[in-house]
Amino acid sequence: MSVKDRPNRQEMPCQAPEERIRNFREVALGYTEEQAVLEAQRCLQCKKPKCRDGCPVEVLIPEFIQAVAERNFAEAAAQLKEKNALPAVCGRVCPQESQCESKCIIGIKSEPVAIGRLERFVADWEMAQEGQMAKEKCTSATSTVSPKGKKVAIIGAGPAGLTCAADMARLGYDVTVFEALHVAGGVLMYGIPEFRLPKAIVEKEINTLCQLGVNVQVNMVGGKTFTVEELQQKGYEAIFIGTGAGLPNFMGIPGENFCGVFAANEFLTRTNLMKGYDFPNALTPVRAGSKVAVLGAGNVAMDAARTALRLGAEEVSIVYRRSEKEMPARAEEIEHAHEEGVQFKVLTNPVEIVGDEQGWVKGMRCLRYELGEPDESGRRRPVAIDGSEFFMEVDTVIVAIGQGPNPLVTQSTPGLELNRKGTIYADEEGRTSLEGVFAGGDIVTGAATVILAMGAGKKAARAMDQYLQSK
Amino acid sequence: MYPIVKKVVLSSAVKEFEVRAPMVAEKAQAGHFFIMRANERGERIPLTIADYDREKGTITTIIQELGASSTLVGQMEEGDEILDFVGPLGVPSEIELFDGPTVLVGGGIGIAPIFPIARALKAAGNEVISIIGARNKDLLIWEEKMASVSDKLIVCTDDGSYGRQGFVTDALKDLYAERGKLAAVWAIGPMPMMRAIANVTRPWAVKTIVSMNPLMMDGTGMCGACRVQVGEETKFACVDGPEFDGHLVDFDLAIKRLAIYKDQEKRALAALEHKGGHCGCQ
Ligand SMILES: Cc1cc2nc3c(=O)[nH]c(=O)nc-3n(C[C@H](O)[C@H](O)[C@H](O)COP(=O)(O)OP(=O)(O)OC[C@H]3O[C@@H](n4cnc5c(N)ncnc54)[C@H](O)[C@@H]3O)c2cc1C
Ligand SMILES: Cc1cc2nc3c(=O)[nH]c(=O)nc-3n(C[C@H](O)[C@H](O)[C@H](O)COP(=O)(O)OP(=O)(O)OC[C@H]3O[C@@H](n4cnc5c(N)ncnc54)[C@H](O)[C@@H]3O)c2cc1C
Ligand code: SF4
Ligand code: SF4
Ligand code: FES
Repeated sequence: MSVKDRPNRQEMPCQAPEERIRNFREVALGYTEEQAVLEAQRCLQCKKPKCRDGCPVEVLIPEFIQAVAERNFAEAAAQLKEKNALPAVCGRVCPQESQCESKCIIGIKSEPVAIGRLERFVADWEMAQEGQMAKEKCTSATSTVSPKGKKVAIIGAGPAGLTCAADMARLGYDVTVFEALHVAGGVLMYGIPEFRLPKAIVEKEINTLCQLGVNVQVNMVGGKTFTVEELQQKGYEAIFIGTGAGLPNFMGIPGENFCGVFAANEFLTRTNLMKGYDFPNALTPVRAGSKVAVLGAGNVAMDAARTALRLGAEEVSIVYRRSEKEMPARAEEIEHAHEEGVQFKVLTNPVEIVGDEQGWVKGMRCLRYELGEPDESGRRRPVAIDGSEFFMEVDTVIVAIGQGPNPLVTQSTPGLELNRKGTIYADEEGRTSLEGVFAGGDIVTGAATVILAMGAGKKAARAMDQYLQSK
Repeated sequence: MYPIVKKVVLSSAVKEFEVRAPMVAEKAQAGHFFIMRANERGERIPLTIADYDREKGTITTIIQELGASSTLVGQMEEGDEILDFVGPLGVPSEIELFDGPTVLVGGGIGIAPIFPIARALKAAGNEVISIIGARNKDLLIWEEKMASVSDKLIVCTDDGSYGRQGFVTDALKDLYAERGKLAAVWAIGPMPMMRAIANVTRPWAVKTIVSMNPLMMDGTGMCGACRVQVGEETKFACVDGPEFDGHLVDFDLAIKRLAIYKDQEKRALAALEHKGGHCGCQ
């Protein structure tokens, strides 16, 4: 069979848009067994699989897909887990179109193999098998490897920290994770909404870690409750910092502190982590208003816009100063947002947020833009059009224009070298300027992706092991 | 879990709690706060560390029941356990030896958070003059504790039921008239009271520090809920504060921002009063 004659890529079954904008349940429903097998059979089992080059953690892609094609799902799960500690998460949130699937050979002439969807299928299948067992909270941790008798600390329980923790536990170290919030998971728990990544799945994946013997301590703020130096004094011989990029940027325009202007982080955390959609059963309120403008066009912006719809907003717009082509969000999220009725006001940017006497937002003064020459990022730079000013009436503005590194740990760790934007300086292996201190994920790269953070956690674990062995 | 080791009912809506949280107690300083969550349903609410005992590993705080979350906490008893307790958060008060008298103004339950600052200033060798006020005698808290760390203590009640009659601002004006020079003023209490104090001291050009209590959630600089407009700048009260220069804070906006969730807060309280059930007004 030539590439051209391959059957089409299997469509992902989804909740209908008119249905799903009224609930917080997962939008994409996952492949059936039949679909998964059919999709897996599209893979050519390349000798030199290009797809793997596109995966930051080098998942054994053809191997796991082969097992799916043979209906050997347990084997597929084992192959997957070999390289990826959180497959149910990555299968859902990786920007596959720019990673593994962008390199798939079939993609040249036809649609690439749906690697992410297959990954999700296998991970979900495995969880379903575990059933009851996985539901129980992991309380007593049992280490499967003979302990090396060395203590390591991980600061921040996002994907970077959790991956590093898992690998270090597998290598036999005594691992403690210190997390500032009351749950582990980082952005996976507080940022990415339930309808895209069910929290039960994240919790289950974290429980798996716990079973590896990792001790997770919540309510521990690095730089406040403890410092890196104190951990060293307490006998932690290597420390990994994975505190993420959680500091929301604002535009610096007049009016951004009016009531009704929220950082996407606040809006999403109230809804996801604090379960604001279940108010007042859960006591944290969240307010979407009726006419909502979301500033920005990344994953965070799409999540905020679609969350606002589900909370009952009548009209939700993405306001973005470039065009749709430049939007950094995952293709699937942009598509889903369109289907759900989010409006896209592109080549538009506010210059001022206007409030009423009660201090509430009533609208934004905006300018229209056109695209000029490419800038440093290679994207065409938006240029304001003279005399294009207009007023956009809104009662809620959600700011999703990026996040910077949180300075709590970096400020309290003397000698830790930083990059210009306040991220931690670390080499390819995650070594920082301080001996025995490693870092990875968004705190090093600035806001990026789940899988890159996991890749960084993995590399750092390898380097930490080397360091501890040679000590 | 963080057990409540002591509870004192100061008035019907004001309770004092001592909670075992050794990691927080070890690091606590004047000006710090913490965030707690009573149970799974609970909000994360910020409260000031009003006192701490490093040896016992405990934190003391005073809470006023306003809405659902603070009421839920107020109903907890000795021996109950708080689910989440995180801190110490915020930037501690800047304590130095001032050239002249330092004045600590505490209004209502704001007296509690002003106590550790007064104690630290006193320990640093300052002359400490404290002005504390409440609506009436029954609502006045911690008079003895404040007396123990002050060179001079002035007590005011709005209705004159105890101490001098009138507002803390009046007492401050009289003090200024008497002393002519004040080195620094700290004011903690309801936002309108802090605004009034800042307005009084502005023409004197006396350094005036207020402790802002905006809505908060994470307390680590992640959500931006706690934004305060300070001069031309946007500050996050949880990591840049909660203490700011009272002459620069936009109090009018800060007061409005406290009411962002007013409608929901009413619903939550109503639901709680129906013994935690649904309020049915959805
Ligand atoms: C709304 C949203 C949607 C996204 N969607 C996608 C997507 O679809 N696909 C994708 O690949 N990526 C997505 N991302 C980006 C992705 O989530 C991040 O790149 C990734 O989570 C980074 O992982 P991390 O471990 O470095 O940091 P984080 O996930 O940010 O975790 C850091 C952890 O450290 C904790 N912490 C912070 N400071 C301290 C401290 N001082 N002490 C102790 N703990 C601390 C935090 O509470 C947090 O738990 C999204 C991000 C957001 C916000
Ligand atoms: C740094 C900091 C320290 C604090 N220290 C203390 C303390 O030591 N003791 C104490 O009792 N409270 C303190 N607060 C305030 C306390 O956090 C709030 O009163 C509490 O969160 C209200 O929750 P609720 O659900 O009961 O009330 P809500 O239902 O949220 O509100 C009920 C009413 O109270 C008002 N309100 C809401 N939040 C605040 C607030 N932050 N300050 C004043 N009024 C508010 C609302 O406008 C509303 O009218 C502090 C706040 C901060 C930010
Ligand atoms: S982890 Fe992400 S990038 Fe790697 S194979 Fe899976 S979906 Fe693709
Ligand atoms: S490149 Fe595509 S076809 Fe080849 S092994 Fe990878 S997924 Fe299969
Ligand atoms: S409380 Fe979230 S940033 Fe301050």
